[in-house]
Amino acid sequence: MNIHEYQAKEILRAHGVPVPPGEIATTPEEAERIAAAFGGMVVVKAQVHAGGRGKAGGVKLADDAADARDKAGAILGLEIKGLTVEKVLITPAEDIASEAYLGIVMDRGSQSDVIMVSSEGGIDIEEVAATNPDAIQKLAVDARYGLLPHQASGLAFGLYDDPKLARQAARIISQLYEAYRAAGCTLAEINPLISTPAGEVKAIDAKMNIDDSALFRLPDVEAMRDEASENLFERKAREAGLSYIPLDGDVGCCVNGAGLAMATMDLVKYYGGEPANFLDIGGSSNPEKVVTAFEIIMSDPAVKSILFNIFGGITRCDDVANGIVEATRRIDVGLPIAIRLTGTNEDVAVEILKENGFEAMTDMDEVVKRAVELAAGSAG
Amino acid sequence: MSIFIDGSTRLVVQGITGRDGSFHARQMIEYGTNVVAGVTPGKGGQTFDGSVPVFDTVADAVEETGANASVIYVPAAFASSAIFEAADAGVDLIVCITEGVPVADTMRALPYVREKGARLIGPNCPGLIAPGIGKVGILPGQIVAPGPVGIVSRSGTLTYEVIFQFTRQGIGQSTCVGIGGDPLIGTNFVDCLQAFEADPETRAVAMIGEIGGTDEQVAAEFVRDHMSKPVVGFIAGQTAPPGRRMGHAGAIISGSEGTAAEKVKVFRECGIAVAERPADLVGLVDSGLRG
Repeated sequence: MNIHEYQAKEILRAHGVPVPPGEIATTPEEAERIAAAFGGMVVVKAQVHAGGRGKAGGVKLADDAADARDKAGAILGLEIKGLTVEKVLITPAEDIASEAYLGIVMDRGSQSDVIMVSSEGGIDIEEVAATNPDAIQKLAVDARYGLLPHQASGLAFGLYDDPKLARQAARIISQLYEAYRAAGCTLAEINPLISTPAGEVKAIDAKMNIDDSALFRLPDVEAMRDEASENLFERKAREAGLSYIPLDGDVGCCVNGAGLAMATMDLVKYYGGEPANFLDIGGSSNPEKVVTAFEIIMSDPAVKSILFNIFGGITRCDDVANGIVEATRRIDVGLPIAIRLTGTNEDVAVEILKENGFEAMTDMDEVVKRAVELAAGSAG
Repeated sequence: MSIFIDGSTRLVVQGITGRDGSFHARQMIEYGTNVVAGVTPGKGGQTFDGSVPVFDTVADAVEETGANASVIYVPAAFASSAIFEAADAGVDLIVCITEGVPVADTMRALPYVREKGARLIGPNCPGLIAPGIGKVGILPGQIVAPGPVGIVSRSGTLTYEVIFQFTRQGIGQSTCVGIGGDPLIGTNFVDCLQAFEADPETRAVAMIGEIGGTDEQVAAEFVRDHMSKPVVGFIAGQTAPPGRRMGHAGAIISGSEGTAAEKVKVFRECGIAVAERPADLVGLVDSGLRG
């Protein structure tokens, strides 16, 4: 799960990281009022779950409250990487003497959390990583001991020559690590970490990605979920234990298992079609899940055929077959359906489908070809 | 022969009285796996299906039955604790089927397992099966057949699909291993490739990867540098949409987006024939075996 900048900043503040104040506005008028209360120049920042906000015009400096209203008006409603901006963060503009990068990420390669710092912070940090990797210090934290004080200090002295700044940075690095652990993060980033001409080190931007599997024990973090950032059917899928990603094609796909679902989508493309979605109904499916899957697939008006590809293991083919029959009884599907079922209780499933007038296939290539033909309207 | 399990494997099932644990314990026994014990805290002294003794702890199970491998079917919140317990009890192989284990929990368990000299497969994996010998996990026994091909995959049902295609075309398998879809796992592609290279019965390997991470790329370099046996590959997710990536750290650490196109390219550069469809893997392996 992703959380917004303002939420990540709340978590950082709770762990003692110096973060300038900020408030959320959903209308230009609100933005004006907040900016007037801060006084002086403010930054208006789109709160949206996508990177590259600045380059997309989602971050603007405003001279005063009236300007903040105009800037918020321009940013609210803006579309960034397919997501509409519903909220902006208003925060006082800071005097910046230097910009550093500070990040922690769960690293598959070293199987540990890796802290990365660079004195060359800002939006071009990936460029720095590619062209001048030595400018980035990395430290793999041993999860058994956590981040040790001398390690944080060592990273901080690599960032700043001035001991006063380095001491502040060491504290912030440790606090960021604590926040990362406490919030179940797989990524936490402060970019930039600034120093001011007055000699203060502060976090003026923050990003966090949360491990979905840890949310069951983190109700405070779960409460930060922005349901407005999901469409209705993505939310419905999540609540039903399905994973669903809408795409641009016309072959609606319903598959058990993420790898098989992706391979099925690839095969749709291979046979000249376009998948309308990724939908994984997961393991141990009950018929009710299949009904929900139908509703979700049919919510997309572009869908012209529905493809089921089920390889039964934990998932029982008869459960899926019953779900298909039940769904088509309850809802007027009105679309051609191509079904492939193999594995656990396959024979029972085929019987159920036959009795209800459905044809069941056993081969993945055959069923995908069929679904693509049905979508194209060329099947007999 | 097979990798990681063989005729001497004596299995303890952690969570044997649960819904998934009991179902799959029966399936494993039916397939011929030597299930010597089960563990459910508080149910020690009971007998599962009239034949398998149940213990309160893995340590008791090991002491009483000589179990040397464990399979875990406990809920996600307790899975890492089950891994620690199995490692502590001294088993050589721990297979964690449980899905949804917090990454931070796995991260803590991994070094412990290594220090104890055990091998962890998973979490979030279907386990492994050596056709005709035994299975540890949830892979369906009816789709495999004994033969010369080693199969290693990050997926669950896509692995079944691939195995099914091979068996249907009359090509059997030495061992099929699902290493798991989580970002942190105990046994990776390279570990399996190494074992397949050393296994005299395995004559070719099919490797099934997915988008995300760089494990496949690392594995491809291993194939180029250390494998004498033919390896063929498939990557799922060619049509997956690019993620709305947040933050820079992922790209900085790995220098990679982990796309299917990137993985396919590295496979080809390292001499791994890449199948466009899962079904094409069979033909590629067949020509590898003849070549």
